Amino acid sequence: MRIFKDAGHLFRLAALFAAGTLLFFVIRGFVVPRSFGEYGHYRGAAIAEIAAHPIRFAGQGTCETCHADVAQAKSGGKHAQVHCEACHGPLAKHADDPSIDPGKPDTAALCVRCHAASAARPKDFPQVDAEQHAGGVACQTCHQPHSPAIGAASGGTK
Amino acid sequence: MTITRRQLLILLPAAAVAWESVLAGTPEASPNYTMTEHWWSMLIDIPKCIGCGNCVRACQAENDVPDGFFRTWVERYHVADWHLANPEVISPDGGEEGFPVAKEDQGKYFFVPKLCNQCADSPCTQVCPVGATFISPDGVVLVDQKYCLGCAYCVQACPYGCRYIHPQKKVADKCTLCYHRIRKGLTTACCEACPTGARQLADLKNPNDPIHAFLKTNSVQVLKPQMATGAKVFYNALDGSVR
Repeated sequence: MRIFKDAGHLFRLAALFAAGTLLFFVIRGFVVPRSFGEYGHYRGAAIAEIAAHPIRFAGQGTCETCHADVAQAKSGGKHAQVHCEACHGPLAKHADDPSIDPGKPDTAALCVRCHAASAARPKDFPQVDAEQHAGGVACQTCHQPHSPAIGAASGGTK
Repeated sequence: MTITRRQLLILLPAAAVAWESVLAGTPEASPNYTMTEHWWSMLIDIPKCIGCGNCVRACQAENDVPDGFFRTWVERYHVADWHLANPEVISPDGGEEGFPVAKEDQGKYFFVPKLCNQCADSPCTQVCPVGATFISPDGVVLVDQKYCLGCAYCVQACPYGCRYIHPQKKVADKCTLCYHRIRKGLTTACCEACPTGARQLADLKNPNDPIHAFLKTNSVQVLKPQMATGAKVFYNALDGSVR
């Protein structure tokens, strides 16, 4: 009764297959990141990595925690809905360390960026031809940027 | 100390599992934020956009966008009465420094800010061969830059031209809807810097978000709706000439 007299070949083949399979799973364990497939066909940990990037714009809420006076002056005027950093630029570093001086924006370039007259802008948006309107006089001579209507209270000096 | 073949075979898988957990590291804990409770989108109110370019500059400052590339940009349309289907579109430096003054002319002008549409059924995530780009459980299309090969399939797949290959990192890069900000409870840099409120970050899963009332009462459209991308950047008063 020697039907499987050469069964050794099969056993060796099976062992080789088992070893190969094991090797596949070992390598797979090394190369597939642990969080892959946590939420879908991607590395779940990537979400937390992207969320951990540092911020540059501190956000309106942060500005108002210290500069309540400016926020107050701004609240009644035409610029009430304009966030601080829309004109002053990204200031998260200044928010972290108030000793870093953010400097003052250059109104000569700043105001006309939004208010220079152009047929392309919405008709109801206030626009001026700066040269004709002021003839080279700086905007803040008449308009306080934080509350630009003429005669409005100053928006603080900070 | 010598290790027998048998011991080695037992130790190898154990070592593999241990090494795997070392590689995975510990993800940053984010309290008070459950991803499945949000579904982020953006509202763009075209009649409010004045073309100042604040959003473009803010995006570059917040996200270190390389020169000559844009995660968001602004286009100015000039649609003349005699040819509605062939508008004149300009976007000098992505609108970064605003636009040249336009003289009163026939036809109409308007500005269209553009950014990643955060598609719910995004073509870019579908073509990625390695799973390096995906839509997060809170609805933001992101790129895993450690996993990206830089094959640029996604750059070709995006119907809105919102992706590019980062010239230094050589991987795909795009608008993340300032994911690092919205996870901290802040709005995006472009919304923060927009002086007129033409851009509004919105959470479609938040029943108290003003977006719901806005979508109900205004004529709102997405870009290229025929592509069925499930775009989540909604444009108010979008002109038919915009592509």
